[in-house]
Amino acid sequence: MKTLYQSLKERFTPGELTEQRDGLAFLTVERDQLRPMLGHLRDSEGFGHLVLLTAVDWLEEGQFQLTYLLSNRKKQQDIGLRVMLPREDASMDTIHDLWPTAATYQRELREMFGIDFPDSPRVNEEFILEGWKDLPPYRRDFDTLKYAQATYRDRPGRETRDPAKHMKEQLYPDKD
Amino acid sequence: MNKDMKEELKIRTVKGPDGLEFEVEPLRDYYCEAAPTVQTGAYTAIVEKLFNWARAESIWILGFGTGCGAIEMRPLMSPRFDAYRYGVQGRPTPRQANLFIISGYLSVKTLKRVIRSYEQMQNPKYVIGLGSCTINGGMYFDSYNTIKRLDDYLPVDLYITGCMPRPEALLAGVIELKSLIRAGKGEGANLYAKNFEWYKANQKRVIHDWDMPDYNW
Repeated sequence: MKTLYQSLKERFTPGELTEQRDGLAFLTVERDQLRPMLGHLRDSEGFGHLVLLTAVDWLEEGQFQLTYLLSNRKKQQDIGLRVMLPREDASMDTIHDLWPTAATYQRELREMFGIDFPDSPRVNEEFILEGWKDLPPYRRDFDTLKYAQATYRDRPGRETRDPAKHMKEQLYPDKD
Repeated sequence: MNKDMKEELKIRTVKGPDGLEFEVEPLRDYYCEAAPTVQTGAYTAIVEKLFNWARAESIWILGFGTGCGAIEMRPLMSPRFDAYRYGVQGRPTPRQANLFIISGYLSVKTLKRVIRSYEQMQNPKYVIGLGSCTINGGMYFDSYNTIKRLDDYLPVDLYITGCMPRPEALLAGVIELKSLIRAGKGEGANLYAKNFEWYKANQKRVIHDWDMPDYNW
């Protein structure tokens, strides 16, 4: 991983390398360097497989984090590239020309987080939700409990118990 | 007509093989416009009783799994549980089935397909809600996308509690349903017909893109 990081450093200006374990590392990348770096990793470094493309909502920082996880089967290495985007009108360059499967991930992110990927195939079509009118549901400012209570009727009589407390009462009520 | 209707449901002109052009209005020509009606029982109680006995002995399940509980339905057909001895079998199409098992959580997207399938089943038909999710939402009580009470949308004859219930519980539920049918209490289809407006209003409240006929028969 270290040698890969060195060779990346010669061409690009990646952020700090975080090694999770042997063969899995993450680095933060500037937005405009992402596409050339993905292309370089795919064509020259043997990272031919896009494992996943997902997002994290950093509500407090006002940012979305996109994670592109790539895999090199031969060397059994995985590398994750992180890109931070501003949360307002989030939009990112599409990579469906590098990996056609990315179009599906991008369509999902468009629906669940509201991140736009202009020119990605069928990106504005409904993916899982049909006729959704509210905020994208994976955004952290979407209150799913409130939405469920307003939309679906409750059946009275439902009780909620704290699992730890309940099991203590059942199994060893006289111990601390 | 709803402007969001699917393209294939809109009125269109079709040219027949003999060269004649004619207008097709799919909602009127392909589907039944009339709302479902309540089916009255047989003219004497003893005949109705005979009918109910016969109905109870032929429980044909629609092969439609909605949630994780679908996996519990499959072992019923294996020699270990052998549901055939109770007159239970799985069927591939709604037209041949009379029992719909909602097997676990039901998302709004699936609910639309469930309604279509349920309405295509022939009377008399029964619905079993399997697992907590169909009763009060279960562990999906705060989900943006799964319904909480199945009986708001379909007439439920019987619930089986558990998360998930094992195949034994499911089999016990089916036997319970049989005794309900024999007692003449399996009136789900009539309940649906009687409260059709109420069910439709509930269904349309959660399904925002209603792009199908009101009654899919």
